[in-house]
Amino acid sequence: MATQHSRSAARLMLAPAVVLLLGWMLVPLTMTLYFSFKKYLPLRGDTISGGLDWVGFENYSRFIGSSAFWPSVQATLLIVGSVLVITLVLGVLLALLLDQPMWGQGIVRILVISPFFVMPTVSALVWKNMFMDPVNGILAHLWNFFGAEPVQWLSQASMESIILIVSWQWLPFATLILLTAIQSLDSEQLEASEMDGAPILKRFWFIILPHMSRAMAVVILIQTIFLLSIFAEIFVTTGGAFGTKTLTYLIFQRVLESQNIGLGSAGGVYAIILANIVAIFLMRIVGKNLDK
Amino acid sequence: MARNVTTGRKTINTLASWSIGLLIFFPILWTILTSFKTEAQAISDPPLFLFFDWTLENYTVVQERSNYMRFLWNSVIIAGGSTILGIIIAVPAAWSMAFVPSKRTKDILLWMLSTKMLPAVGVLYPMYLLFIKMGLLDTRIGLVIVLMLINMPIIVWMLYTYFREIPGEILEASRMDGASLRDEIIYVLTPMALPGIASTLLLNFILAWNEAFWTLNLTAVNAAPLTAFIASYSSPEGLFFAKLSAASTMAIAPILLLGWFSQKQLVRGLTFGAVK
Amino acid sequence: MGQIVLSKVQKKFGDTEVIPPLDLRIEDGEFTVFVGPSGCGKSTLLRLIAGLEDVSSGSIQIDGKEAADLPPSKRGLAMVFQSYALYPHMTVRKNIAFPLRMAKMDKAEIDKRVDGAASVLNLTDYLDRRPGQLSGGQRQRVAIGRAIVREPSAFLFDEPLSNLDAALRMGMRLEISELHKRLDTTMVYVTHDQVEAMTMADKIVVLSAGIIEQVGSPLELYHSPKNVFVAGFIGSPKMNLIGGEVAASHGAHTIGVRPEHIDVSAATDGGQDGKWTGVVGVSEHLGSDSFFHIHETGLGDMITVRAGGEVGFTRGDRINLTPRADMIHKFDEQGNRIA
Repeated sequence: MATQHSRSAARLMLAPAVVLLLGWMLVPLTMTLYFSFKKYLPLRGDTISGGLDWVGFENYSRFIGSSAFWPSVQATLLIVGSVLVITLVLGVLLALLLDQPMWGQGIVRILVISPFFVMPTVSALVWKNMFMDPVNGILAHLWNFFGAEPVQWLSQASMESIILIVSWQWLPFATLILLTAIQSLDSEQLEASEMDGAPILKRFWFIILPHMSRAMAVVILIQTIFLLSIFAEIFVTTGGAFGTKTLTYLIFQRVLESQNIGLGSAGGVYAIILANIVAIFLMRIVGKNLDK
Repeated sequence: MARNVTTGRKTINTLASWSIGLLIFFPILWTILTSFKTEAQAISDPPLFLFFDWTLENYTVVQERSNYMRFLWNSVIIAGGSTILGIIIAVPAAWSMAFVPSKRTKDILLWMLSTKMLPAVGVLYPMYLLFIKMGLLDTRIGLVIVLMLINMPIIVWMLYTYFREIPGEILEASRMDGASLRDEIIYVLTPMALPGIASTLLLNFILAWNEAFWTLNLTAVNAAPLTAFIASYSSPEGLFFAKLSAASTMAIAPILLLGWFSQKQLVRGLTFGAVK
Repeated sequence: MGQIVLSKVQKKFGDTEVIPPLDLRIEDGEFTVFVGPSGCGKSTLLRLIAGLEDVSSGSIQIDGKEAADLPPSKRGLAMVFQSYALYPHMTVRKNIAFPLRMAKMDKAEIDKRVDGAASVLNLTDYLDRRPGQLSGGQRQRVAIGRAIVREPSAFLFDEPLSNLDAALRMGMRLEISELHKRLDTTMVYVTHDQVEAMTMADKIVVLSAGIIEQVGSPLELYHSPKNVFVAGFIGSPKMNLIGGEVAASHGAHTIGVRPEHIDVSAATDGGQDGKWTGVVGVSEHLGSDSFFHIHETGLGDMITVRAGGEVGFTRGDRINLTPRADMIHKFDEQGNRIA
């Protein structure tokens, strides 16, 4: 419903955002693709102006053939999957609780949302040192108090620790979106189902949960976007050791630590492919949910 | 769901919610408390809660060691600049998609969002090269541009969902009243969508403030924001919990306060239009 | 001045033609009403005139100037929307002043005009309120105020009364008619309510599926509907349309008789005083009038009759019906009127 005037205006006004994003996507991507077929080790004197050797798919086969590759993909998916499950399940429970009448709900909301504001580097550092330090950390004190042997969190339970830290950061987001969704539920609908004699669990399952599906789709979408690329949490805590090397981190090491640009770029292309696979899945789910 | 419940039920709800709330908040609270302790008290076993000698010493030490104000200023400029620039570019785009939708509108939106899924690390080196070529490495303007691009999809999406709630008839009315497109956006759309624009602004300011990949990898000294400031505390030097806490508190305090004051606005923005 | 001439105006959305090529003249100062069932294209036609939609082909002349390619703001028309479309963040004063501000008129002149419009519309006491604090009727007035301050060459109304309750609607109907008398400006008014059309219009345009079925004064449409559609659409309760043998006996495919043009009388001991006979079903007593739904007439569908308020048949009564001979409308197989 619009005129030719407004349609052409619309195209014009959409253009800057689209062009910028297209450039942001295509320019570095093309370069990454180019480097991924080249031997490029700046520390050994390779320069772009001096010309780089074409190595075909060697970088690709080396990257995928390295013993670190599959574990890194697994680690990535494990972190994303676990955090999603934890934040969604706890988020739903917490949202149901916070929706109940209570005193000081506003303050509780502030308490719960706070971790979302903490920058990832800070939360990683705080957890690593003040909570997970095997000697002086709070958790060590707590274990001692109960007479247990303190856990070497970041080496013995490295994956669990990282999942814990990241879940702590994202639980507020999930909780508050789901809480808003519950609060927007028409109370007449619930009352009607109560009149129909639906017991509390059924009401949750058939009315509250479906009502939250849109909000859940958004939680999954947004969190996946951010979780696929978590970096600071690993950079600061384990540095990729003890089985916590995600694909992102592996590539980071290839590019920055070993300065093997060709190999890192091939890894980058793999990461992009992985992200796209996840994205296609997500967009299917979310696109359907956003249609309404 | 306003309902009458018994006081007993309400008490139990309150107790449960407050305990969980405090548990979730505890790491932040503990960091803030520790920042006022001496290093020895910071690691004492059993841990000290409120009864210790409160001191501001850590804050002075941290400020002396690493010139906090410069990092803070960089954070403000980078987060603020990228958000404002992003909104200026996104408002017209969101207007187009919300009020002159075409068959491709949804595809464009999802495509924009999918650019956020591109792993940053995949293009780290090219970005590095481009930044060197253009003299943007370790400059605030460089980071403003990158963070603006990173957050653009979210800004566009949020604005789009807010704009869609505004009845098209009102914009048509302004057209009948002789408003140009510019007038329509400035005098009618923007004021009506102000709450939405504000929460978009806030959320993206926070996201930009906390962004810790590009800010760590594309800065060294001059443009380094608070993410880099705090990363410099990642290697322990003797007793350092109290100083780490002080630095952490300084890094998160501004955004935490901002978040607390605007949390109502923010939560609505966070739902990305999924909840009406 | 406000003469609007549409020639061969056509509108397609994609491949669907919502308005086939159509011609229409709206004379200066005329109150023209577009009426038709929902989805008949009446609002689209109004939006084409306003410039909120493009014509797919054809020309629109406003005061003799080609306007089909002009943006809405350049056409010199003002519009009142169904939802009023007030700017919620502005006070009533600012709402009314907005078009003048956009026209870069000077401050003193704006104030003068706004105050003038406000006093005409009884809004003077509300100038500093926001639309959210006003009642439906007041909002409606603000929307009208915003339209009149510009002194447009024509006003366009898009179902402006449909959000008001019945009592208010009557009042506003009168006010708009009054306004038209006072301003003597062209008004084009879209409604699905034929009562609004009949009471307000100088000229009614009956539309169905994008096609103009008939153009004429309210009484022309009432007395000589051009076809079955107009016959059934104009008038309340609806005209009775009867086919079959009865129609054939009048030399027509369909005949139509309005409920108010059928005389009723009690059928005494089964005698056949009238032309037709039937049994009373639902009766609606409005006080001034009574409507009866008559079944078992042997005429096909149920027949509606309108009688004086004092007529008191009840359900199950058998009555005689006598259509007035000079009030029978005849239509051919295509549904067109037979002269």
